Amino acid sequence: MSVSRRTLLGGLGGLVLAVQMPPRRARATGTIVEDVTTPFSPNAFIRIDERGVVTFIMRNVEMGQGIYTGATLLMAEELDLDPETVQLEAAPPDVAYVDKDMGTQATGGSTSTMGEWVLLRKAAATARVLLVQAAATRWGVDPAACRTEAGVIHHDASGRAVGYGEVAAEAGRLPVPPDVSLRPPSAFRLIGRSHHRLDSPAKVHATAQFGIDARVDGMKFATVAACPVMGGTLVHVNEGAARAVSGVVDILRLPNAVCVVGSTTWAAQMGLKAAAPEWNAGENAHVDTALVYRQLHDGAAQPERGIVAQEKGDAHAAVAGAHRQYAATYQQPLLAHATMEPVNCTVHVTPDRCDIWVGTQVPLRARDSAARITGLAADQVHLHNMYIGGGFGRRLEHEYVEQAVQFARQVPYPLKIVWSREEDITLDRFRPAYVDQIAAGLSSHGNIVGVTHRIVGPAVVARWAPEGLMPNGMDGDLLAAAADVPYDFRASYLDFVRRETPGVVTAWWRGVGGTRGLFVMESFIDELAAVAGRDPIEFRRHHLKNDARAIGVLDLASDKANWSQPMPKGSGRGVAVQFLFGSYLATIMDVKVDDDGSVRVLRAVVAVDCGRLVNPDQVRSQIEGGLMFGIGAALFNEITLDHGRVQQRNFNRYRVLRMNEAPVIEVHLVESDADPGGIGETGTAAAAPALANALAAATGRRYRRLPLLGKQELDV
Amino acid sequence: MRGWFARLASTLFVLSLLVAKAHGADTSSQIARGEYLARASDCEVCHTAPGGTPFAGGRPFKLPGIGTIYSTNLTPDRATGVGDYTDAQFARAVRRGVGRGWKHLYPVMPYTSYAYLSADDTAAIFAWLKTLRPVTATIPANDVGFPYNIRAAMIGWNLLYRPSAGRRDDPSRSAAWNQGRWLVEGPGHCAECHTPRNMLYAKSSSQPYAGGQAEEWDAYNISSDPESGIGGWSDESLFAYLHTGHADGHGTASGPMADVISHGVRYMTDEDVHAMITYLRTLPQQRTNVITDRVSPERLARIGTPTEGNGARLFAGACAGCHLTDGTGRQVPYATLWGARTVGLPGGRNLVQVILHGSALETSMGRIAMPQVGDEYSDRDIADIANYVIGHFGNRAGTVTPQAVQAALANGD
Amino acid sequence: MYDIQINGDVHSVDVPGDTPLLWVLRDVLGMTGTKFGCGIAQCGVCTVHLDGQPVRSCSLPVAAIGTHPVTTIEGIGSDALGQAVQKAWIDLDVVQCGYCQPGQIMSAVALLKTNPHPEDSDIDMAMSGNICRCGTYQRIRAAIRSAAGA
Ligand code: FES
Ligand code: FES
Repeated sequence: MSVSRRTLLGGLGGLVLAVQMPPRRARATGTIVEDVTTPFSPNAFIRIDERGVVTFIMRNVEMGQGIYTGATLLMAEELDLDPETVQLEAAPPDVAYVDKDMGTQATGGSTSTMGEWVLLRKAAATARVLLVQAAATRWGVDPAACRTEAGVIHHDASGRAVGYGEVAAEAGRLPVPPDVSLRPPSAFRLIGRSHHRLDSPAKVHATAQFGIDARVDGMKFATVAACPVMGGTLVHVNEGAARAVSGVVDILRLPNAVCVVGSTTWAAQMGLKAAAPEWNAGENAHVDTALVYRQLHDGAAQPERGIVAQEKGDAHAAVAGAHRQYAATYQQPLLAHATMEPVNCTVHVTPDRCDIWVGTQVPLRARDSAARITGLAADQVHLHNMYIGGGFGRRLEHEYVEQAVQFARQVPYPLKIVWSREEDITLDRFRPAYVDQIAAGLSSHGNIVGVTHRIVGPAVVARWAPEGLMPNGMDGDLLAAAADVPYDFRASYLDFVRRETPGVVTAWWRGVGGTRGLFVMESFIDELAAVAGRDPIEFRRHHLKNDARAIGVLDLASDKANWSQPMPKGSGRGVAVQFLFGSYLATIMDVKVDDDGSVRVLRAVVAVDCGRLVNPDQVRSQIEGGLMFGIGAALFNEITLDHGRVQQRNFNRYRVLRMNEAPVIEVHLVESDADPGGIGETGTAAAAPALANALAAATGRRYRRLPLLGKQELDV
Repeated sequence: MRGWFARLASTLFVLSLLVAKAHGADTSSQIARGEYLARASDCEVCHTAPGGTPFAGGRPFKLPGIGTIYSTNLTPDRATGVGDYTDAQFARAVRRGVGRGWKHLYPVMPYTSYAYLSADDTAAIFAWLKTLRPVTATIPANDVGFPYNIRAAMIGWNLLYRPSAGRRDDPSRSAAWNQGRWLVEGPGHCAECHTPRNMLYAKSSSQPYAGGQAEEWDAYNISSDPESGIGGWSDESLFAYLHTGHADGHGTASGPMADVISHGVRYMTDEDVHAMITYLRTLPQQRTNVITDRVSPERLARIGTPTEGNGARLFAGACAGCHLTDGTGRQVPYATLWGARTVGLPGGRNLVQVILHGSALETSMGRIAMPQVGDEYSDRDIADIANYVIGHFGNRAGTVTPQAVQAALANGD
Repeated sequence: MYDIQINGDVHSVDVPGDTPLLWVLRDVLGMTGTKFGCGIAQCGVCTVHLDGQPVRSCSLPVAAIGTHPVTTIEGIGSDALGQAVQKAWIDLDVVQCGYCQPGQIMSAVALLKTNPHPEDSDIDMAMSGNICRCGTYQRIRAAIRSAAGA
């Protein structure tokens, strides 16, 4: 194991909220249990006490993607446990849980299963070796003659058996072996079979604890307003009026925000309304959506090369000399996350410790920020990570934790801050707007001879993890579905003209670069097929010639969706194929445009090859949900700015797909023994291009701008 | 002209001094009466900018073909409000439409109605306004086109439609009727919106209370006509509507009427509300084509919920959460739709306004609000929702077009 | 002071009458199963039953409740229909993040109470006031069908 016990213990200490639950019931209520007195904790992921209670520590936070269940299956597989009997805990902030790909302790980028696939199985296999060794030593038998089943070690020859708990203390004193072997896939009992989500019962009975549900003795309820224009400052608060509101307790200020504390969230909300904060909008007061797009289109038109991210052959010459040239410009909007659970954070600061109850995708960063703000040492900050009511990238930011700590250090009591939905949307950090310019040359046979592509937009990684920027200044995330494509273009060129969005902070959003790039690439391929007079699937297959897994999903989807069957007038079928996050998807979507112009998404058929399946039904579930999320955004969503202010404030103006607009989704899984790929964001990426292509098929005109139901002229 | 006004003004000034003196011992009751009258006169509605401090003015009024006029700051700020006004100057502005420095106010300020207020009344209102916190609020300059930009033109207008002097009580009528007439014709200034206006923006004398305009909204016929007016309403319904903003079977006040009730009528005494009803009942019948079908919840329950069509689907998602598909409202009575005139008129003018801009009513239970339906719905979507509502709840074929929605949006901004 | 009957128990709460039931449940009574999502009756995560009818607790002033009994997600499992719906939700693995699901379940139980065998279109219409950002609609539909068959 690369993770030592010492690293784990170094990060804990202090608080022990020992919630001892009886075994034999799945524990996944989301509250953290920090119990370091357990006799057996061979690594950062597993603890077993003398009663046999097994606790798995969840490195990745659960925000709907089903990772608690997946991670448990991986460990229970090697440890021979019934997953239902295991207690689950959210990992505390600790370097032991740093994700190498993300550079910090983070859940995101669809990396959870990929990252855990070997790590967690090894952690569990190590634990099993130690437990068996302890039993074998006690009995004086060969460990190889012992087997494990359902938390019990058996020595069949002598008929002896002992539970894990009984040998936990002895196992805890054994040296951790440097390496262990893993069970072969042929011996899997859990991995690859659908298993019910372990967090379902708690969520269905509403005992699951989300960040917003944190309750601490003496806690007061607060809500905040920050300057609606980024960079602006607080000028005036009508304190008298706010204090006159029944239940208002305190009014706290930061240079750019005000927090009203009350005996209930409602009192705080009413107090904030009465406080009627006035702002100095600052230097972004002039920013509007037109400016955002103008800068992007200017970047697209600049004659100089941007950051060259890919150059294969002489693509410009290939396009110029081709039988036929074709070019298109695509535009994508700013998007909000609008997670179902609004931003919230509960903080209690005392002179020698700081407790934070929050749902975060980046616990280490949040903890370290809190330490910096309070002047406490990192180990005096205790962050209790809770269930997250939808992440989609929003909880990869932790500025709301910083804000909450800054307010909470002004008061002696625990402060629970819940943002209004209006605050949640207008003060979100947004998926950037982009403009893409892409051109291709077609041979006389209608094949692609070269592609030149320019991306114009911000480099999110430059803010989020500057060390992640490539040496030439490229944001590698933008390569997804742009440079990293399953197609085999003979010549290709990609450059990136960096234009940071004025007036907002830009951030990760479900599907990140893949969602962005796939809309452009798969829309453009579709247009090329149409120009070449070829069937969109045949055209794709031809250019995918070296990628058997891509062709595999494309053929499967085409078959299941009856691709070759013609659609009635006014209806259309669109396809998108992708290789993102280590997984292959082909998505075919059917739409119908009614006579009155209203659009109905009827059906989506998705073929998935994501390597080895850990929990197949959860792969299905993620594809279904990811698609719905992507369809809503692609059809409806755009964040617009006026005088630096976000104009969408709540769900009445930031429209979410509803059930009577939701298509039927069929997911077909391909059996594969490749290592598992990520899945949580793939469906979202597929939605916009498959829809845009289906709409084009139905109406005969191209859709090059998102949202699809907005006006289609670009803001050049 | 000037001499005439000046003479009148100085007389009023002296009178008000006398009045103030007479009531000097009793300022607290004068202030209380002033607040009541300010409520009854709905000063706050017009003299508050959207989202602004109450009474600090700045609310824009778009007068079709005339331009945009902004309400003044009524807080006692010396520089930008009425802090420097004398009682007489205040009275002259309210009752005669003549502002300080002899600026003639535009007839958006209902001084033709407020002429019914006595100098005592305006002094009381002014006394109360002076208790408000002074707010420095510079009001944008009015933006009106020729010839209305010449304030002196208002002199001519005033000659034609000059505020009438307060009417004497009609001894043949009950005290309640007389009080009701005073409230309705005077401070309540109901006719300002509910009576059609002529080409010169004056109230029609031939069709009083036959329905008019309030900004982008239709103000309904409130004459005693049983079909197109309020003659068919019971006293209980009228009282409930005026007092709470809602009456079962008649829907909930929205738009400007919601403002009038939120900031005005709901503060009035039961006696005064009944007095208004007594008077309203006697308004001559004006038959107009504003006739709606009365669709009962029973009928709606029988029809069931349509599931087909863009409008029906959007309604189920964004609207039925509160209104329910039978229009009975899910939780608070304010969410009922059945019987409301707004859902029964094929043109759907007010309906489109409510959908596009939302509506809010202040009630004894707090603020009851309907959020606007947003940008991400196309003009076609809004028209579809409106036509669905008119068809389902109003039993009429809705004729709302995307163009009409576009126009309503353009005007509303 | 308001006496409100929730899941069979009477609770006395001392709050201004305009306080929405949602905040009485969550902040005053500590019943955090009912969630906050939008505050403007657009998302449905705050759905509870008032007299058996699904209502948006974020937009229901406590003064408007009177003696009408309230049922929340914490109490919905005490009758057979509630149990059937919750079981279907678990059997079909409906939840993802789970934040919207208490509201979804409350709306689903209310639907099945009045319409024990709904068509798909009935389900769609009745459930469209409840947003799910994770996009679990397909499974919600299936779970309601399954609970209706049970
Ligand atoms: S919180 Fe009540 S409907 Fe959204
Ligand atoms: S399960 Fe996450 S919002 Fe519905």
